[in-house]
Amino acid sequence: MTPPGAVQFCIRLLRRQLLLAVRRPLEIGNPLLFFAMVVALFPLGLGPTPETLAGFAPGVLWITALLSNLLTSDAVFRSDFEDGSLEQLLLAPQPLFMSVLAYIGAHWLTTGLLLAAVSPVFALMLNLPAQAIVALVASLLIGTALLSLIGGIGAALTVGLKRGGMLISLLILPLYMPVLIFGSAAVQAAVGGFPVGPYLAILGAMLCLAIALAPLAMAAGLRISIDA
Amino acid sequence: MPTRDSGVPVLAARSLCLERGGRELFRELSFTICAGQLWQIEGANGAGKTSLLRILCGLSRYGFTGQVERFAPLLYLGHQSALKALLTPRENLAFHVSGEGCYGDEQIESALARVGLYGYEDVASHTLSAGQHRRVNLARLLLSDATLWLLDEPFTAIDKAGVDELQALLASHVAGGGAVVMTSHQALDVSCDVRYLNLGTGLAA
Repeated sequence: MTPPGAVQFCIRLLRRQLLLAVRRPLEIGNPLLFFAMVVALFPLGLGPTPETLAGFAPGVLWITALLSNLLTSDAVFRSDFEDGSLEQLLLAPQPLFMSVLAYIGAHWLTTGLLLAAVSPVFALMLNLPAQAIVALVASLLIGTALLSLIGGIGAALTVGLKRGGMLISLLILPLYMPVLIFGSAAVQAAVGGFPVGPYLAILGAMLCLAIALAPLAMAAGLRISIDA
Repeated sequence: MPTRDSGVPVLAARSLCLERGGRELFRELSFTICAGQLWQIEGANGAGKTSLLRILCGLSRYGFTGQVERFAPLLYLGHQSALKALLTPRENLAFHVSGEGCYGDEQIESALARVGLYGYEDVASHTLSAGQHRRVNLARLLLSDATLWLLDEPFTAIDKAGVDELQALLASHVAGGGAVVMTSHQALDVSCDVRYLNLGTGLAA
């Protein structure tokens, strides 16, 4: 029997990761709940005036989405490292580049995609103008995929450490900043009635760059972590 | 199992040296493993058996000197079972991350039945015992057609009958032109020749 090709193997890994995620529904729900809780804190801290909230809404929604993504990125490779699956993955004849993309794809589908899907509800909570909601969802769809890819690099580098949670934040938060800048700028532009396209195009370009480069860094990080 | 030619080298190690914590575990270790051979790596605890296996399979890339050349697909079973507690044994084998072929349901069922897990195909793996976890892993040996098996303490947590079956399986793999390198503290009772690699004393025939 010949080993499956890279794409076929990717689909197998994606199905495996999604099945694992579905078996632990709490882990899918946690980032969404975190998102809801933090968004609910802002009216308490900033005051409930609709105008104040609307002014802060683009930034607040984006920062919260970023933090809830950060919360989960630590777990991308952790359980596979602990039970030895990661060793087997590294020995697979298929290119590791594609395999880690499958892991990140599954992570995005269970966090970023869902965050983007529920974000209109929280946008309404913060009184974000209706014309900016499409821009918010679009920027979050592209942006969270980027965040997952960048978070994966940190996860791959820290997976061998007992308590990598804090370190991963320090490692990848600086890399999150450009995503936050263009993501929240897209929403702000939509609020002001300016074209959103250029911001989304820049996010898309960053996503292309990350898809091409982040798996290389993740693969190298995993090899180092397994070797240590 | 496909028939393979005996005597064809499947793995060659040249002048391997490994140092850990300022202590030299082995040096100038050179050997060639050919199809049809069963190798047992011996040595006291901490002699570097697992480290050597990890170097041979390619998981360790740094920290040692020497070269390893692999000429055939290999299957490595380490200390950890690499099973997902949330998946059933069937799913664990069907979605295995080691990148081997896609197995049919019947293949997986017959492999699980042969390792004594008939009836456990669809229960969550976290309800299985440590020995049963090891047995699911052994089903991978039956499914795989890798030529070279690298097994790290394959008898751990396996009951007596299971050890006998596994030894028979190793012998039949070797007879079919495969090669096995394993670490174990147990003396092997197999029908084929065993080559010993004692990390304390070097090569022994």
